[in-house]
Amino acid sequence: MMDFGFTINKSSRIDLDRFDKAGFDKLAKIEPDVRKCIACGSCTASCSAGQFHRTSVRSAILSIQNAKENEAVELLKGCMLCGKCQMTCPRGINIRHLILSILKFYGTK
Amino acid sequence: MEKNVLIIGGGPAGLEAASILQKSGYSVTLIEKTDHLGGHLAVWDRLFPKGQSAEELLYRLVDNLGPVNCLLNTDIQSINVLDRSFSVILSNGNILLADAVLLACGFDLFKAEKKEEYGYGIYDNVITNADLERYFQEGDGGRIINPKKIGFVHCVGSRDEKVGNLSCSKVCCATAVKQACEMKQRFPESEVFCFYMDLRMFGRYYEDMYLEAQKKYGIRFIRGRVSEVSEKGDKTLLVKAEDTLSSKPIMVSLDLLVLMAGIRPSASGRRVGDMLHLMNEEDGFFSTKDSIYSQQKSDIPGLFFAGAGTGPKTIPETLNDARSSALEIDRYLKSNFPKKK
Repeated sequence: MMDFGFTINKSSRIDLDRFDKAGFDKLAKIEPDVRKCIACGSCTASCSAGQFHRTSVRSAILSIQNAKENEAVELLKGCMLCGKCQMTCPRGINIRHLILSILKFYGTK
Repeated sequence: MEKNVLIIGGGPAGLEAASILQKSGYSVTLIEKTDHLGGHLAVWDRLFPKGQSAEELLYRLVDNLGPVNCLLNTDIQSINVLDRSFSVILSNGNILLADAVLLACGFDLFKAEKKEEYGYGIYDNVITNADLERYFQEGDGGRIINPKKIGFVHCVGSRDEKVGNLSCSKVCCATAVKQACEMKQRFPESEVFCFYMDLRMFGRYYEDMYLEAQKKYGIRFIRGRVSEVSEKGDKTLLVKAEDTLSSKPIMVSLDLLVLMAGIRPSASGRRVGDMLHLMNEEDGFFSTKDSIYSQQKSDIPGLFFAGAGTGPKTIPETLNDARSSALEIDRYLKSNFPKKK
């Protein structure tokens, strides 16, 4: 290919047509709380691990819903399971359990 | 002699006020410009938050009316303020003398075709909230055939300076969530997306409805306003927005897109308002005498408001407003025309 002296970045666009509904439904079956998130960000704000490695449950859930499961795993693997997020969650989501389920479900890919 | 009250508008506000005033001993005339009572309630299927039947509520309101003189297909030709009364010429030529007038002209739905980027009236599979209610009312046999992916666009014609409506229409968030759940009930295999700016779940039970939409129906809420819609060769729609929670553009193919058309001041209400030189606020709705203490009073003694003419309202709010207006009218008539002993 001819070298024009510049490259084009890969599009960051989310393509919802690639969302794996069957897979997400399966996850929601063992982890119904995944549907309850209102993206308030309390979990991310209170995260201890987040001070060292970008960690966000809110963003991870969103990533799965946006067909970017690998990003979700990346956002959760720094988690130390301290459970502070769980105390701040206004929707009472069992976050530690949710994180383990997400990692188990999408982490092995 | 019985005092005469004229109620302009046969929607929920007019109906509720009419039945109360009639039972309080006034002679009530209710005029409605269309051929049916109920206003928008008559063309709606179910009501949020609990899915109560609109038809049953309307039946109840009409059933309560009693001997109110209801004139359908009747409009105001002219209205004049006299000394402590109103002289009204109706479109059927009759002249009416009223001691008090209640303006209950309701609202108009925003014309969704004005937001051209959404393609209402251009693409077959773009419909409005009102179209969807009509489909629910008529049951099966509508033009909606097993859609697999459905989108709802909140705030169509609301909070939008470009179309001249800065304010929030208040009821569309809850309506969208209600309709999204109803679509999942009908089409359990479908995927439903709601594109919102803010979800305003302000009322009692609304938050529960929202939680149910997420948890039970798996409806996906995307924070971001749809920027454009285009039609593909197979008539499905390509919808673009930004997922503002991840700060990335988002794209999805849909089989059906429902636009949540907002609430605008009623044009026919404005017409009557102009005859009476009534002021309105910047949002186009009538100015009230006071925005907190007396929302049902106008600047003209004897002229009152009820319902969405003074801003978007839910049905329970409209009914409460109508009851307040009836009380205000009763007070006004009693203090201005005391009974001789």
